Amino acid sequence: MFETLDIVTLSRLQFASTTIFHFFFVPLSIGLALLIAIMETLYVVKGNELYKRMAKFWGKLFLINFAVGVVTGILQEFQFGMNWSNYSRFVGDVFGAPLAVEALLAFFMESTFIGLWIFGWDRLSKRVHLLCIWLVAFGTSMSAFWILAANSFMQRPVGFEINNGRAEMNDFFAILTNGQLLVEFPHTLLGAFATGAFLVTGVSAYKLLKRQDVDFFRKSFQIAAIVAVVTSIGVAMFGHQQAQYLVQTQPMKMAASEGLWGKSGDPAGWTVSAFIDTENQSNSWEIKIPYLLSYLSYSTFSGEVKGMLELQAEYEQTYGPGNYIPPVKTTFWSFRIMVACGSAMILMGMYAVYLTIRKKWSRPNKWFLRSMVAGISLPVIANTAGWIMTEIGRQPWTVFGLMRTEDGISPGVSAGEVLFSLIAFNVIYAVLGTILVYLFIRVIKRGPFEDKKPQQRSNDPYEEGYHVS
Amino acid sequence: MSLNELWFLLVGVLFVGFFFLEGFDFGVGMSTAIIAKTDKQRRVLINSIGPFWDGNEVWLLTAGGAMFAAFPNWYATMFSGFYTPLVFLLLALIGRGVAFEFRGKVDTPQWRKTWDVIIFVGSLLPPLLLGVAFSGILKGLPIGADMEMRAGIFDIVNGYTLLGGITVVLLCLVHGLMFTTLRTTGELQERARILARRLLPLLALLLVGFAVYTYYATDVFQVRGGILSVIALVGLVAFLLSGYFMKLRKDGWAFTMTGAVIALSVASIFIGLFPRVMISSIDSAYNLTIHNAASGQYSLQVMSIAALTLLPFVLGYQIWSYFVFHKRVHEKDHLEY
Repeated sequence: MFETLDIVTLSRLQFASTTIFHFFFVPLSIGLALLIAIMETLYVVKGNELYKRMAKFWGKLFLINFAVGVVTGILQEFQFGMNWSNYSRFVGDVFGAPLAVEALLAFFMESTFIGLWIFGWDRLSKRVHLLCIWLVAFGTSMSAFWILAANSFMQRPVGFEINNGRAEMNDFFAILTNGQLLVEFPHTLLGAFATGAFLVTGVSAYKLLKRQDVDFFRKSFQIAAIVAVVTSIGVAMFGHQQAQYLVQTQPMKMAASEGLWGKSGDPAGWTVSAFIDTENQSNSWEIKIPYLLSYLSYSTFSGEVKGMLELQAEYEQTYGPGNYIPPVKTTFWSFRIMVACGSAMILMGMYAVYLTIRKKWSRPNKWFLRSMVAGISLPVIANTAGWIMTEIGRQPWTVFGLMRTEDGISPGVSAGEVLFSLIAFNVIYAVLGTILVYLFIRVIKRGPFEDKKPQQRSNDPYEEGYHVS
Repeated sequence: MSLNELWFLLVGVLFVGFFFLEGFDFGVGMSTAIIAKTDKQRRVLINSIGPFWDGNEVWLLTAGGAMFAAFPNWYATMFSGFYTPLVFLLLALIGRGVAFEFRGKVDTPQWRKTWDVIIFVGSLLPPLLLGVAFSGILKGLPIGADMEMRAGIFDIVNGYTLLGGITVVLLCLVHGLMFTTLRTTGELQERARILARRLLPLLALLLVGFAVYTYYATDVFQVRGGILSVIALVGLVAFLLSGYFMKLRKDGWAFTMTGAVIALSVASIFIGLFPRVMISSIDSAYNLTIHNAASGQYSLQVMSIAALTLLPFVLGYQIWSYFVFHKRVHEKDHLEY
């Protein structure tokens, strides 16, 4: 696959593995924080102890997950300087600001209030404790806004001028109202909420299949099902907005995600599947749905979409000679995987809510519950595929039109050093991932009422039988 | 004061805050392997920093973010230059962070022992590595005309930087022991007090040794001799007072004094550097300064407004969280399980 393990390839592999791994946990943290905040609100408003149990049980999964998200996030912030020093010098003026604000506004908030939430059950009043989890939820969501503001600059640079060979910020407001950010942030945030919701519905479905703590998990399922369906539909709507924005700002990414070499013709059909032949720059076989690409791109049933070959010629005019076509197969298939998972999420969410409304709980459909368990993975796959499409589809650029990925590396770091860190980090990721899954299964199997066994009662939040009476 | 100076000051304040705060939780992390005799005592120690360590670590993240935003060249040179030490720092912080959360989740001795080792190593390595890195920055590192640092292992690890690293480790340990005296009771508290007092002479030796070595190995006393001498004197007074208060069992005051020693030590690094941020051992023309490493004025203005608006809130709620958990962690809390 790679002819030589050069510094660019290694640095990219490390960035990709770190970011993908980190982003398994981040959306789940954002989503679960919201759900737990909703559950604890129900507890404070209705005074029903069951909702408190709910907040605590799902809180256990949240905390295990949050810990891994936090520690991999440190690496996330450091790696720009470590592996991409030329990039950092070039964009630091613009890119550093949202990162610093993210730390000041979001990281401090979530880390301080999560500490208060974990240890504060019997030290804070009900309402103040509730406020803590809402501030955690707000902090995690704000964190997404600021990091996506930075990412949006890489997709569509705005609010800057080039001085002395560096991008210098000249309009902070433009960065915060970047059109890319306005579609990317809601799409990502709602995807994160959906990730949390599908975990809760999936785990609840598993426990309902086992007929354990039925009342508890039925209620959890109901709350999460509503969140799941609303957010899944929202994700798709903002995804559609984003696709339309993409045609305008990064047409090459759009063309690659469609496997579209020549012109699409008018109206443009959407390719469901294709054999992409990157060598001959054509598709040897494809299935299309007529009109759909025009609709995705322009919200009407007409309009042509530019192909990669035409755009390549245009980019050569603008940016000089070079290959401006991203890895087509990866971009094409990651987009389809994301869309397929997203569609399945909408359908499953709708059926779950239908069940909830019709109260058809006396005879729950076993196959449906099983599919909801499997459904835990859908948003995770969709998140990953979506980001692969976004980042791979932007290649060869790291900042679109301004800096190529290969020019962003750290010239002072050797390939050997990066190879070592790549291996070390990936071993840690594998170990952490395994432990996390193991602990998740353990917590789920024990269920929300395990601490009723008296020998396991404890006031210690780091203790297994942690409980508050 | 120019914006460049303001941001240098802010980065300095963030690092002082980080070493003062995370310093004690590193120290408590190390002390789990030293003063705790039973699993319950280790648990008390971990719980004493439980609500705080994550928030403390954000000071480092924010310092990194502030460097990236205000001095991109500093951030780029330092983070790529110290590549491998930072890999170990990250591995340590990752291991330590999850260890706190995972340790209590499974009730077998083997499981706990594994995480205990990780907590100890993960609390020892970061102050060591950061001490080595900052000593190296004071001494000067091979930074070329392209602002890239191409350091061999002995540029980074040598007698001077190792002494700096060990000094920081011991400072954190003593500071952590003083924190333990504040948040625990009984045997654990007493053991922390005794060990802290026993370590003081060694720490004094290291601090004086490092100051003298700094006089010969770096140019900071030539550049900022006056103010650094004053700080050294104040530091000496704070150090002696910490010993005095330990003897009187005035733990709060002793903790304040060990904290003051840390704060003054970190501050003197930044004062010695100013207005440089990285010193080149190749040619002083290649030094990174608060001017050639900085972002544009517009960016600094935006960041100043953001930081000065947000920091008071951050400080407010962090202080509040310490207030909420000011009560000591008792061993008898745990008799129930």
